[in-house]
Amino acid sequence: METETDQIYHLDVGNLLGFNPNHRFPSAPSSREELVKECLEESRKLVQAIANALFNFTSTETNDGPIVQLPPPTTKLPREKHVPRPKPPTKWEEFALKKGIQKRKKDKVVWDEQTDQFKRRHGYDRVNDDNDVPIIEAKATDEPGEDPFAKRLDEKKKRVGKQQKNRLQNLKAAEKAGALPSHVQLAATSLPISGTKSQPKKIGKDELGDVAGLAATSTASGGKFDKKLPGEKAPKKQGKHHKYLPVVAGRGAVNPEKEQTNNVLSKIFSKHSHEILNVGKAINMYNVKKEKKKSGRSDKSGRSDKSGRSDKLKPKKDITKKPANKAK
Amino acid sequence: MLEIRTPKTGKAKRVLEKRAPKLVETGKKTLILHGTKTSATVSSVLMELYRLKKGGAIKYSRRNENIRPFESGGETSLEFFSQKTDCSIFVYGSHTKKRPDNLVLGRMYDHQVYDLIEVGIENFKSLLSFSYDKKFAPHEGTKPFICFTGEGFENVPELKHLKEVLTDLFRGEVVDNLNLTGLDRAYVCSAISPTKVFLTHCALKLKRSGTIVPRMELVEVGPSMDLVIRRNRLPNESLMKEAMRTSKDKPKKKEKNVDQDAVRGKIGKIYMPDQKLGEMHLPDKSKGLKRERKESKKLQEETDSKKKKKSSE
Repeated sequence: METETDQIYHLDVGNLLGFNPNHRFPSAPSSREELVKECLEESRKLVQAIANALFNFTSTETNDGPIVQLPPPTTKLPREKHVPRPKPPTKWEEFALKKGIQKRKKDKVVWDEQTDQFKRRHGYDRVNDDNDVPIIEAKATDEPGEDPFAKRLDEKKKRVGKQQKNRLQNLKAAEKAGALPSHVQLAATSLPISGTKSQPKKIGKDELGDVAGLAATSTASGGKFDKKLPGEKAPKKQGKHHKYLPVVAGRGAVNPEKEQTNNVLSKIFSKHSHEILNVGKAINMYNVKKEKKKSGRSDKSGRSDKSGRSDKLKPKKDITKKPANKAK
Repeated sequence: MLEIRTPKTGKAKRVLEKRAPKLVETGKKTLILHGTKTSATVSSVLMELYRLKKGGAIKYSRRNENIRPFESGGETSLEFFSQKTDCSIFVYGSHTKKRPDNLVLGRMYDHQVYDLIEVGIENFKSLLSFSYDKKFAPHEGTKPFICFTGEGFENVPELKHLKEVLTDLFRGEVVDNLNLTGLDRAYVCSAISPTKVFLTHCALKLKRSGTIVPRMELVEVGPSMDLVIRRNRLPNESLMKEAMRTSKDKPKKKEKNVDQDAVRGKIGKIYMPDQKLGEMHLPDKSKGLKRERKESKKLQEETDSKKKKKSSE
């Protein structure tokens, strides 16, 4: 659209967008208000140009006002999300394509021969319900002890299970192609322990840290030379926790190891040593130990009643295994 | 072990379907949030932007410390929020000594950061400071006019980028039919210098003129500010190509081997591969051939009977 001053505006009526590339603002702005006025005036011209195009479209009158069909926008803007990817055909669809099987539309209501009325195909009181057969005739191939009704139930379960498996395979293939349907999510779950219906326990942060630590140190070099992942904390002090006191005392300092042993001895030999050492319990323990030894020796000849365990529960000694090499 | 999870309620299913990628896309939602420190100007800019985009914007009020759009690791939170709220444009405001009154406008593609542009705000005038006749106040959710003035928008690459981002931000939904009585706002952006853009929001006054087209007048109502370009990050080429791709862009494949002739019409050539007759296996002769013989016999009998009838007539 050209105006008198021969300026060409870039108009995008679909977006209600107008661009005037030819206007030059003075590099030294006169004043703020003057600048604002100038901007508004230029934009007013642009809006007028777009409105000229808009109001000249054929409009349909409605209750709310004249409605105009907007042309598609011309400025190219990036998409929000990717273009939906085509779904790979399912196993059945491939088979049907190969065989030339056409889809046939099925009626919701079917004529039932047995009751001479129309019944629905799926749902309550359906045609050919599997559970409703009153009599199943025995065939020559049937075994005498088998329950044919139970057999039918089993077969149905197998069919349902097979169908579920096929559905999962189809969805996996779709996910691989990036075309999983929007309402379906494939989630990895852990297998429950067979026989229990309990939910697998969720591992807490500390437990996870411990397990991670175990995994990290289970390398040949004890996890010393492995690269640390970002956010991984240094392992807690591993190995035995000993505090070894220095044996040789420093200048003027008390020998700490000697001190420690002295303290222990003095506590035991002190006046109140019976409060520290439970003499009764110590005597009992000693006696029990003695008796066990005695009973152990007599057991070699016959069975003793004092030992509460039967031979069956004791782990059986493997006679094929040779005894460990004793130090020579 | 994989488990198929589907939504159990119709509402959940509809929400998921709304968020799925579509062939023709509806308007983008905007996410407005701020960083560790914001000044008064930044917080009022964010609030007013939220009000302007009321239907299609989500504003977070807490401060987000770990979002640094221009750093490689600082975008993860933004991507998570974008996924959670299904927003593909975000406006992130912050205020530091080095970058006072900072605003980062960014876009997402497939919930990954597509491009960013950082502007500084100067000379901000809030909505409330403008006085005008309330009759002309623009209604919420109307489609705005967007006007760009200045040669800077064509010559300077950063300003070109800003123009694209502002168009995306202010555009709203793409509609087929427009009600002409519902035109009441315009965004005015002028490149007053190669680094500065003056942005304001105006209401439209439609005055009677001689022709069908009314005379348009702009009245400044909304926030007005100067945007100073600071940094920007353009999308990388492959991503841009993928994002700009539309369904109609598929190159028209030339139909091979088809010829149009005025005399004969549409003709095509059939190329037969070499039928190695010597190596061909003969078909199974058992039933098929018997059937064929029967059928051919039947046909013969029919034609014979027809001939007899004709001759009798």
